[in-house]
Amino acid sequence: MKLENMYQEIILDHYKHPHGKGLAENFDAEVHHVNPTCGDEITVRVTRSEDGKLSVSYDSMGCSISQASASIMYDQINDHDFEFGEAAVDHLIAMLQRSVDADEDILGDGIALAGVAQYPARVKCALLAWMAWKDAAIQAGFSNSTSVNDSDESNKE
Amino acid sequence: MATLDVAAIKADFPIFKRTVRNDHRLVYLDSGATSQKPFQVLDAERNFYENHNAAVHRGAHLLAEEATDAFEHARSNIASFIGANADDLVFTKNATEAINLIAYSFLNATLKSLRGADLPPGSERFVLAEGDEILVSEMEHHANLVPWQELCEKTGAVLRWIGLTEEGRLDLSDTSFFSERTKLVAVTHQSNLLGTVNDVTAIVKLAESVGALVFLDACQSVPHMPVDVVALGVDFIAWSGHKMLGPLGIGCLWGKSEVLSTMPPFISGGSMIESVSMERTTFAAPPKRFEAGVPMAAQAVGMSAAVDYLNDLGMASVAQHEHMLTEAALAGLAGIPGIRIIGPENSIDRGSAVSFVLEGLHPHDVGQVLDESGIAVRVGQHCAKPACLRYGVQATTRATFYIYNDLDDVDALVAGIYSAKKFFGV
Repeated sequence: MKLENMYQEIILDHYKHPHGKGLAENFDAEVHHVNPTCGDEITVRVTRSEDGKLSVSYDSMGCSISQASASIMYDQINDHDFEFGEAAVDHLIAMLQRSVDADEDILGDGIALAGVAQYPARVKCALLAWMAWKDAAIQAGFSNSTSVNDSDESNKE
Repeated sequence: MATLDVAAIKADFPIFKRTVRNDHRLVYLDSGATSQKPFQVLDAERNFYENHNAAVHRGAHLLAEEATDAFEHARSNIASFIGANADDLVFTKNATEAINLIAYSFLNATLKSLRGADLPPGSERFVLAEGDEILVSEMEHHANLVPWQELCEKTGAVLRWIGLTEEGRLDLSDTSFFSERTKLVAVTHQSNLLGTVNDVTAIVKLAESVGALVFLDACQSVPHMPVDVVALGVDFIAWSGHKMLGPLGIGCLWGKSEVLSTMPPFISGGSMIESVSMERTTFAAPPKRFEAGVPMAAQAVGMSAAVDYLNDLGMASVAQHEHMLTEAALAGLAGIPGIRIIGPENSIDRGSAVSFVLEGLHPHDVGQVLDESGIAVRVGQHCAKPACLRYGVQATTRATFYIYNDLDDVDALVAGIYSAKKFFGV
C-alpha cells in the first residue's frame, strides 16, 4: 500500500507532537499563508539575530502533511542563516518534483516527505510552511542572492 | 415512481469500466463537484462534431442549418426540463458565468443610467443606488457570493445576508433583512456544503413583499430533483451542465421573459446584436442578447442528451433514489465515534450532499485514505468558506450521491472512514 509511503511513522509523529509550534512575541516579519483548496493555514514569524541568523516561529492548522512539514521546517531551519534555509526549501521542492534524491543532511526528517511526491494534490500541503518561511524571510529583508538589508527589492517578491 | 436499476445505469457510464488506486472499483461520491457522463451524452457530442459541425446562426449551408437546429432543439429540450420556454433560456460557459451575467447586468444598467445612456425599457430595476441592498445567505457557494460583493463594492449597494441555524438551515426568524431597499435576493436552492434544501416559497413571498427580484442558484437542485421554475416563482435560476451528466463548458441562465427583456447585455460582440453602425449598436432580444460569439453547440447537444437520459429515469425517481442513499449514509455515519455532520442530520428537506468532520482527523487525510480504497470524495471548504466558519470547521469531507451510486457505495464510505480512523489511530 502506497499510503504508508506518504504517511510514514515519523510524519505522523511530527503531526501528533509538533515541534516549535507557537508564535514568538517579537518578530521582524510575519506572513499568513493559506492553501485555499483545503483551508490549511499557517502564520510564520521570523526574527533576525545580530549574527545574521533567523529564528522562526509559527502557528498553523491543517492536515497531517502540512502540520508535520511545519514541525520539520522548524527543526531544520530555525536559527540558521537565510542561505541555509533557502537551500533546504529548494531541495524540498526538487525532492517533491522527484528531480533529486532526498538528502538527510539538508532536510532531516523532511526526507520522509518524499512519499508525498506520489500524490500531486498534497505537494502544496508539504510546501506550505516552507514557502511561508521564505516569504517571511524575504519580507524581513533577506533576498534570494544576498542576506543584506535590501527591502526595496525584496518587497517586489 | 420507478426504482433505479443502478447496475444498468452504471453500464452506461464508461468511467466505471476502469479501476482506480490499487485496482479498486471506483466509488464515485463527488458528483456534487461534477458528475460522470453516460455514453449517450458522449455519443451525442461526438455525433454533432462528426456529422453536423458548423458555427450556429451563421452561414447559408446545410451544415450550418443542421447545427443551428441541433443547438436550438437542445435549448427547447433543456428549457422544458425546468418547465420553461426556450426563449427564456440563455446558454453560458457555466453557472458562475450565469450569475456574473446578472451581476454585470446590474452594473451595466447602473453605469449606463449614470451617463444617461440607452437602456432597455423597464431596466430601472437593475439600476443600483448607494444604500440599495442585495441579500444573500451565509450558506452560499462563493459563486453566489463574490459576484455580489464585487457588485456592491462597485455601486455602493450594501450586501446583507440571512444567517444559519445550528441545524444547518436558513434562519428566517428575523425577516428584517428584507427591506424596501432590497433589490435582489440571491440564494441557493440546495447548499453544496450542507445539503439543505431551502424553502423557496417562503423566500419568494418575503422578496415579493418588498419588490425584490429573486435569483436561485440551482446547481445542486436541477440535477437531483424535479424543478419547475414557474411553480418556484423565482425570477432567475442558474445551473450547469456538467453536474447533471452533461459536458463541461456549458451552463444555463433561465429568467422570466419580462425580466430578461429589461436587462442590458453582459458580454458584447457578434450574435447578440440587432443592428450595428460605427456610432451605435442596438441589441437582439433575449436569449441571444446574452450569447455573444459562436456558442457551444456541441455541449448544448450533449447537455440535451443528458436531459433525455434523466427524463427517461424520471426526476422524481432520481430524487427518491438519492433520498434513500442519503438516509442510509446519515444513518451509517451517525454510528461512527467522533463524527459530526455539518448540515441537517435528518433527511427532511435535504439533498444528498453529506459533509462531516471527524475528531482528530483532518478532512484531507480522510480523503486520502478513502482514495486509497477507490472512494472519491471532496475535501476542503467546498467554495463555501463562510458556512465552514459558521460551523467552526476549517474544512470538511463531503460525499455526494447520484444515480449511479448504491447502498454498496454507502457501505464502502462508512468502512473507509473506519479505516482512516484506524490508520491514524483515532
